[in-house]
Parts: sequence; structure tokens; C-alpha cells
Amino acid sequence: MKTVGGVGIVGYGAYIPMNRLRASEVKRVWGGSGTPIEEKSVVAMDEDTVTIAVESARYAVRRAGIDPQEIGAVYVGTESKPYAVKPSGTVVAEAIGATPHVTAADYEFACKAGTEAFQTCIGLVSSGMMKYAMAIGADTAQGRPGDALEYTASCGGAAFIFGKKPARTLAEIEGSCSYVTDTPDFWRREHEMYPRHGNRFTGEPAYFKHVIGAAKELMGELGTEAGDYNYAVFHQPNVKFPIKAARTLGFSMDAIKPGLIVPFVGNTYSGSTPLGLAATLDVANPGDRILAVSYGSGAGSDAFSLTVQDAITNDRRLEPAVSMFVDRKRYIDYSVYSKLRGKIVK
Amino acid sequence: MRAVAVAGVGLTKVSEHWEKGLKELFTDAAHKAFEDAGTKEIDALYIANMGAPILQEQMHLGAMLADALGMRGVPALSVGAASASGGVAFHEGVKAVASGFADCVLVGGVEKMSDGLPEDVLSVLAMAEDQEYTAYTGVTNTGLNALIHRNYMETYGATAEEIAMFAVRGHEHAVGSKHSQYPFKVAIDRVLASPMEADPIHMLECSGVGDGAAAVVLMPADKAPEGVEVAAMSVATGPYYLAGRKDILTFDAVKTAAERAYKTAGVTPEEVDLVEVHDETTIAGVVSLEDLGFVEKGKGAAFVADGCTLRGGEVPTNTFGGLKARGHPLGATGLYQVGEVALQLQGRAGPCQVEGARVGLAESLGGLGSTCAVTILRRS
Repeated sequence: MKTVGGVGIVGYGAYIPMNRLRASEVKRVWGGSGTPIEEKSVVAMDEDTVTIAVESARYAVRRAGIDPQEIGAVYVGTESKPYAVKPSGTVVAEAIGATPHVTAADYEFACKAGTEAFQTCIGLVSSGMMKYAMAIGADTAQGRPGDALEYTASCGGAAFIFGKKPARTLAEIEGSCSYVTDTPDFWRREHEMYPRHGNRFTGEPAYFKHVIGAAKELMGELGTEAGDYNYAVFHQPNVKFPIKAARTLGFSMDAIKPGLIVPFVGNTYSGSTPLGLAATLDVANPGDRILAVSYGSGAGSDAFSLTVQDAITNDRRLEPAVSMFVDRKRYIDYSVYSKLRGKIVK
Repeated sequence: MRAVAVAGVGLTKVSEHWEKGLKELFTDAAHKAFEDAGTKEIDALYIANMGAPILQEQMHLGAMLADALGMRGVPALSVGAASASGGVAFHEGVKAVASGFADCVLVGGVEKMSDGLPEDVLSVLAMAEDQEYTAYTGVTNTGLNALIHRNYMETYGATAEEIAMFAVRGHEHAVGSKHSQYPFKVAIDRVLASPMEADPIHMLECSGVGDGAAAVVLMPADKAPEGVEVAAMSVATGPYYLAGRKDILTFDAVKTAAERAYKTAGVTPEEVDLVEVHDETTIAGVVSLEDLGFVEKGKGAAFVADGCTLRGGEVPTNTFGGLKARGHPLGATGLYQVGEVALQLQGRAGPCQVEGARVGLAESLGGLGSTCAVTILRRS
């Protein structure tokens, strides 16, 4: 899918809660062999998906330097919205001053809800229906105690504002594509507290099929290949999957390293690819090309090809880099984690 | 009773077949077997399966798979004897042809495990055990094997390494096999460094999870001159639960089935050129070799470690990798074994060929040796 008239990212912002739970701490409690990451982020008592979304949205608006009243859409992609019925998007829109002339909603597509909102925003801006549109991917992901996902399910998010030339953009969207099938690899039914997953089924027929399928399709459409990109970001549910996807597609470790924050943050679900893209924009130079591919269970991938613009050099310094949030941390033990994540209640 | 021959063999690769269900897996193997036999004019269809009622919520496989084959009208039924289903279904198919009830039957096993939730797969395996005495405790199948494994080491002084070599040998044999799940070598250090599945059994001493289907066409021997004669087939049951056994290091059912089979075939263990045993764990493979009479009780592990089970050794064992390396799609496994023995005796085993093999034996276990099917094939 190609845009009309040069659509790009005019601002972005990230937020990752301070608390960290070491994977070794999960292992200490539940046993097992090996740990998939180093540590993961955990929300504080007064944080949830909406606060993460608001924080990252505020940074994005400030970095863009725009009047929030000109933002015509606020979409929050998440699988951990605080209210089953009541949009998170309205809270965020109100908090950043975008109401009332705004379309606001929550998106759900497992871990690619955020980038699904990217696609909508790109379309709305590209068509000229609005000047700016904001898409946020944010989650406070759930992992069943003792499940493999408990090592990685974490909290964080990033917000992106899309605009169209002549607006000043930090990175231009060359094209995007979505690759979606009905693949039941991971799900959470209504009223269930924790998701369930198909174990090894989440690999080849789910993550890799869709991530690689979307990436190849987009590169085929644009006539690009791995060597044309300086950086790549792949959905990062663990350390192994994005590295394997990168290698399969011909990307080097250097290309994915800046966006690969999962070892120290965990899997932020809907926040995963947006945070990886934000971390990559934090270090990329004008003219660099970035390929970003998300993955959402159920299942599908969104792939985006971006070209970094001159404005990045100045604007990325305006607000905190993702690395600031990665480094800003305090450790908690499994007991505190259990309390914060509602695994024990008084 | 007339002589029966394996007239055709069809084996799918044991793998994670994400895109295939029971019907696709089964028909793939069945059509290969039909092509191999040069006929698909069957009078009966026997299906071997263990986990479909839980993993696919599917029963009534006979009619389902007959329909999938486009063979509506043919009598069809499924045979269940846990992971010995394949061996026992073969037994039933042979009886049908030997008795004159049928002139041509297809016996096929199918199992689809890989997209089942692990807890469901464990439940299926546990259902082979007594729910009142054993399974209710929560012990896994590997946990039960571990009791035997530990007792074997303590009783006979076998080392962990010697027993683990059973897995190493299986992987050596699987190299080059087209239908094996893990056709590559695995070093003993890697086996012993793998996580404990149930102490003292390491993960790489256990058969894995896989999808597969295997089928054979059976015909009267005089109508299948290129086939391999079924010299004997025997099924026996033994004590159902481990605590009820006088000696947990002996599978009574294996001894009983083997004695009957040797007697029927008129062969001794020394005359058997290759054997496919049910190594769901390394220790199950070792104990099986002993109870089948290939090596003295208590010396099986050293026998394996010394290389006696290698392709050029005294008793070539699990010549395509066995349950560990060929794979163990539960109900289908017994038919992989029979099919592999047939391929060996026909000289069609490719890089896995045991030269000059004339007599081969397959041993299929259900539960922890509470059902045993022994089949002896002979090249006429």
C-alpha cells in the first residue's frame, strides 16, 4: 500500500514504566531451565495502559511541536485496556487536548494493534481527511503465573503522529502492507485473566510466516531488498524470534540492534514494534531507510518502509529517547510484582 | 490360516505438519501405500490412533478416513491400544487377511500432536495408565519411565551415559532417512547436558512430539510376490500398573508376545537381522532389547554403549532412528516400525539399509509395557 502525497511521522514519543523484574526471579519461583530475556518492565500501582499511552502521546505532541487541536484521530492499540467498555482513546485525546473534534477508538489485534492503528492513520492523513492522526501501541501484558509468557509479558508503549507534506516529517512512509490470516496461535477469551497460546505453534506457522510474509511482500512491491535498509525492526516477543526473522530476510545484527530492546524491557505487546521503531529513530540519520514489521497473534503482520528525513537530527533531542526509559529502572521482586499485577489481592 | 504379506508401505515424514490435519496426513500415507502395492482395491480399513479424541476432539476415525480416501462402503474401524495402537491394528489386519475374511486391507496409523496444548498431550499419554492407581497422582509417562531408569541403574550398575547412548545410536541411524523427524547426529554430551525431564531422564532421552501417518497394504502372500511375509504377529498384555509388577525392570507383555512370535515364526532372537523397538525413553529401549531376548537382563545398556545395536553390529536396532529420532506419533508409531522393517527386508532402506537383512522384528508398546505387539517379518 502506497501513500498519496508524502505521508510521514511528524512526532513520536515513548514510555516504559520504571519497575523491572529479572527473569531469574521468575525462574527462582517457578523453576525451569534458561530464561528468554534479562528482565522486563512492570507497571507501578498507579499505572496502566492509559497512563502509558498518555505519557507517550504527550512526548509525541511536544516533539512534533503541533497544536493538538489539529490532531483528528487518536487510536490506542492494546490488548490490556483498563475498561472492557469505554474507550482508552477518549482519555488520551482529552489528556493531550485533542478533544472534541477528533475520532477516537481502541484497536485490538493482539500485539499488532498499535501498527494496525498506524495503517488507519496513514490512510486518514494520506486521503486528506485530517491534518494529523495519532496511533499508539501500549500494553500492560498479562502472563499466567508459571507460564513461559510470564518471563516476557511486560509494560510500555509508544505514540506516533502522522502528517502529510508540507508538514515537517521525521521519517517518510514509502509504503506499507498488511498480511493477515486466521491463525489461532494465542488468544484470551472474554472474562479470562490470562491468555493461552499454542506453544510451538506460535513460531513457524504464526510469527515467522506472517512477519516474513509481510516483509517480503512489501519489499517486493517497493523493489527493495535487505541491503537497501540501514535498520530493521521486528516484533520482539523474545530475543530469539526477531533475530531469526532478521537473518532469514538477510538483515545483519547491526541493523536490528538499536531497536532490539526486548532483553531489557520484555515484550510490551502492542508497544513492541512501535517502541523498537522509536528506539531506531533515536539513532538513525537522515537518508537512512528503516523496515519495521509487527506481528499480532490471531494473526497478522504490518510492514512499513520508512526513509528518515533531515528533521530527525534536531527533533529527536527534544524529548526523552527510548534508551532513557530502558536505563531508568528499579528492581522489584516476585512478591511486589505479584501485588502490582494483581496476582495476589488482599 | 493363509500366509500374509506386506504388499505396500507408505510413510509420511514425521514432522510438525502445521498445514495438515488427520485426514490429509492419513490419506497421504495411504495413497503412498496403495501406489507401492499397485492396488487400492481394499476390503477393509483399520485405523490406529491414540490421541484424536482429546487432541482433535475427533472419534469415529474409521468412517471419517474411509470417506477421506473416497472409499465409502468399505468396512472401517479404529483400533486403540495407546501407543501400541499401530502394532495392534496391524495384528487385526493380518488376522482379516489370514482368515480369508479379506483379500486386501489397508492398516494405517495417524496422529497429530504438535498443535495440541502440552497439557492435553500429557493427558493423552497419562490416559494409557490406570486412573485409579497411577495417573491420578499426576505422574507423567516419563516420570514412570524414570522409576524404571533409576532402579535399573541401581540394580545393574549401569551408568547414565550407557543408557543415554540409546538416544545417540538412534540419531546416528536416522541420518539420511527421508521420513525421520530428527535425521541428524546428537552427541552424548549434549544428551546428558539437556534438562532433566524426569530425573534421571534427560529431555534428549525422550521421544518428542510429532505428526505423522504410516500405512501398509496387506494381501495374501501368494498374491504379493514382491511383498514381505508376515512370519508372526503376536499381541500380549501385562500388569497394567507399575506398582503391581513383581519386577519393574521387566515388561512381562514383551516377553510373552515375543515368545509367542518366535514360536510362530520358528526363529530365535539370534536369527533376527534387525529390530525396531519402542524407545519412548532410552530406558524403555534398553529394557525392550532385553525382554525380546537380544541381550541378557541387566546388560542391555552396555550392549548399546558398546555399539552392538549399530547398523553393522550384532543386533541393528531402530534403523531409521526409532521413536527418538524417527519420531513417535503415538498411534502411528507401530506402523512406522512395521513399514521400516518391510523396507529393510526388501532392500529399499537407502542409506539406512542393513545389508542382507532377511528377518526383522518390530515391538510396539502401549502404556508402560502393559500392551505389547510383536511382529516378525521375513523375506521369502
